[in-house]
Amino acid sequence: MTPAAAPLLRMNGIVKVFPGVRALDGVSFDVHNGEVHALVGENGAGKSTLMKVLAGAYRADSGTIEIDGAKVTIDGPRAAEALGIGMIYQEFNLVPDLSVVDNLLLGHEPTRRGLLDRKAALTRSSDVLAELGIALPLTLAARRLTVAQQQLVEISKALLREARLIVMDEPTAALTEREIDALFALIAKLKARGVAFVYISHRLEELPRISDRITVIRDGRTVETRATADMPQSDLVRLMVGRPLDAHFPELPAVAAGAPIVLAVKQLSSASGVPVYDVSFSVRAGEIVGLAGLVGAGRTDIVRAIAGADVPTEGEVEVAGHRVAIHSPHSAIAAGIALITEDRKAQGLVLGMSVRENTTLAHLDAYERVGFIDRRAESAITLREIEELRIRTPSAEQIVRNLSGGNQQKVVLAKWLIGDAKVYLFDEPTRGIDIGAKAEIYALMLALLARGVGIVMVSSELPEVLGMSHRVLVVREGRIRGEFARGAATPAAVMALATGVAA
Amino acid sequence: MAATPPEPLASELTANAAEAHAKAARGRYLRTGGAIVALLVVVAIVDAFSHGAFLTPANLTNVLRQITYNAILAIGQTFVIITAGIDLSVGSLIELTGVVMAMFSNAVPLQGVPLVVATLAVGLAVGCTAGFVNAVPVVKLNLPPFITTLAMMLMARGLAFKLAHGRPVPVNSDAFDAVGTGFFLQGPLHAFGLPGIPIPVIWMAVLVAAFAILLTRTRFGRYVFAIGGNEEAARLAGISVATVKTLVYVISGGCAAVAGLLLMARFQSGSPQTGIGSELQSIAAVVVGGTSLAGGRGSVVSSFFGALLIGLLNNVMNLLGIESYTQDIVLGAVILLAVIVDELRKRYLSR
Repeated sequence: MTPAAAPLLRMNGIVKVFPGVRALDGVSFDVHNGEVHALVGENGAGKSTLMKVLAGAYRADSGTIEIDGAKVTIDGPRAAEALGIGMIYQEFNLVPDLSVVDNLLLGHEPTRRGLLDRKAALTRSSDVLAELGIALPLTLAARRLTVAQQQLVEISKALLREARLIVMDEPTAALTEREIDALFALIAKLKARGVAFVYISHRLEELPRISDRITVIRDGRTVETRATADMPQSDLVRLMVGRPLDAHFPELPAVAAGAPIVLAVKQLSSASGVPVYDVSFSVRAGEIVGLAGLVGAGRTDIVRAIAGADVPTEGEVEVAGHRVAIHSPHSAIAAGIALITEDRKAQGLVLGMSVRENTTLAHLDAYERVGFIDRRAESAITLREIEELRIRTPSAEQIVRNLSGGNQQKVVLAKWLIGDAKVYLFDEPTRGIDIGAKAEIYALMLALLARGVGIVMVSSELPEVLGMSHRVLVVREGRIRGEFARGAATPAAVMALATGVAA
Repeated sequence: MAATPPEPLASELTANAAEAHAKAARGRYLRTGGAIVALLVVVAIVDAFSHGAFLTPANLTNVLRQITYNAILAIGQTFVIITAGIDLSVGSLIELTGVVMAMFSNAVPLQGVPLVVATLAVGLAVGCTAGFVNAVPVVKLNLPPFITTLAMMLMARGLAFKLAHGRPVPVNSDAFDAVGTGFFLQGPLHAFGLPGIPIPVIWMAVLVAAFAILLTRTRFGRYVFAIGGNEEAARLAGISVATVKTLVYVISGGCAAVAGLLLMARFQSGSPQTGIGSELQSIAAVVVGGTSLAGGRGSVVSSFFGALLIGLLNNVMNLLGIESYTQDIVLGAVILLAVIVDELRKRYLSR
């Protein structure tokens, strides 16, 4: 790394603020020609936001981006492309019904007298692919390719656009060992030609094989950049989790000795989203069990299967000692299981309905008199919940769309609290809400414990899982990989298990 | 802590709630009120042009009777559209149920009211079954209702033609006369210069009222809105989305059967051609009434007003001697305008 040459890319002091969140708080790093620079950090550390700034999807609030030492403005995907930046997201951007060659040249189709020149398209694509030693069935529809082949199309697409820097987000997440080897060989070949890579991955164990330098990001800031050779994995994990446990969690009351088991999950499997295998655990009355793990590890899929949102393929669920057949959300609700979903806008609320209508939606049968909805009773229970949860709304008739995120989340809670469930499954209960509302939701969870319910909490915020759980189960690749008692769960130990790195 | 603005207390909230109720009600009245004012303005202008032919009790009664069929179809269509679906089969179902009912009434040895009741039951069975068939691929395979009801439209029309051998099936009994052409309160209202209330209008009024209550006051109605607003949230709240959606298409098929009965009674025959274009008329009524095709919003009463507006427009243009091609142009423009206004309102609200 000769200091004389300006780096290919330098991002300096990048700040990006969203309402209520400082997603990036001064991130700096640089990438040299022919370098693979790994970017690592916990969920929500700011990696994706940073890459979106680089891709032109977001505009940074402050900070500079330099290419070859010259300041540039990236105001859209076209600008990023013109600067030689190619983005390969985890979700590929291929048109499934177009052929490989059409996908490769999408938006850059060669023409002859105003008509598409298919012959030129084919020769141009096959020339580039041949040069790189990439074999792809050019005329096949993209949807018929394997994941690895689709990824090759994405890489080739970037190269056809003369990308000098390719950003890859979790490129190995869906690949087999052999495919990973092939990918790494290709990256090495491109490196030799001077192409640089920003490599984002949760799989820390593969970084020594592929990266030259590693930058750790935490809470929207650069923590450290080091040569991979000087970065043992233990340091990496420590740098990623870094901070001590936040002190703003309330004191968790101990689970009463001999408290009954309210939820028992036995050998549960599900195949709807991320596959879940052979999950068994139990929750006692008055206990919070935290599910820790990386995004995409299958935590959400576990609670969805318990709640009947996805129908489990195998396994048993017992609520308060009684076996329940889970074949729909309705059966789970009837058994006393409430799922407070992660994505409140898509799954938790009918945004165009009022606070009252959303509050009673899951238990409307209780507010019915001789076939008609008893609006007075509905209003009464809604007003009670508004007061108890301190929902800031002008009235029970306010349309939920108009409430703030934290208050919307409280309406979701109200919807499930009025049902007196025995088990509450919280999926990312505090995502995207401000610190005050978070504290209120923690307090509410304690109030629920006092009622004798059991709680399962999925959270991507490590401090939250550790601070608000009696026990922590670590999930990786659809299985429970380990369990920690409250005192024994250290951030480094949980993170090591979640990423698959031997601690 | 001191910096946080005071939280509203329950007592304040109750007051706020009353106020919000009033506000929401005002909003509703404002919308309906706006439509009525617009109507009155149009009416005044038209009356001036038509030399008084428009604002006569006989003419207005006539308009009400003419919109009966469309308004009844629009009831079922409203339920379907609130769930973000569409029912293209209702026009053909008028024909199929009409033909089947005419054949049935000729074949059974019943008379009078029992014949009418039995015939209606048969028509409802046919219409509701067709609605059920529409719904099954939608709820089981997640197929677009546009496709399933389009297929039903073709099949029902073809079947109606086949059963009727391409000709209207005459109704032999006179039991249906009252249903089709009769008047209610003919005597008392005559004193006020009114011809009485046409029986089909009574049917329409009862159905509009009953289904408006079903939609706004019952669990089923609430679920219809919830599914249209956010189907996944509705499912996770334990609502049986498949059952509710199925019922919605069954209701629409049933409404088509009632409209089929009234048309059959009026023309003393079940015809395989009477319903052509009716499905689009009913969708137009729903849309002009302000229901969004995106689902989640809508009202039976608004759809009735939509049908009324379209009916008045047609009537007025007839009175003014506007030729039918021009009428279609105007009608199309009105529908487009209604949707544009609806879209602008939505954008304004989402800001």
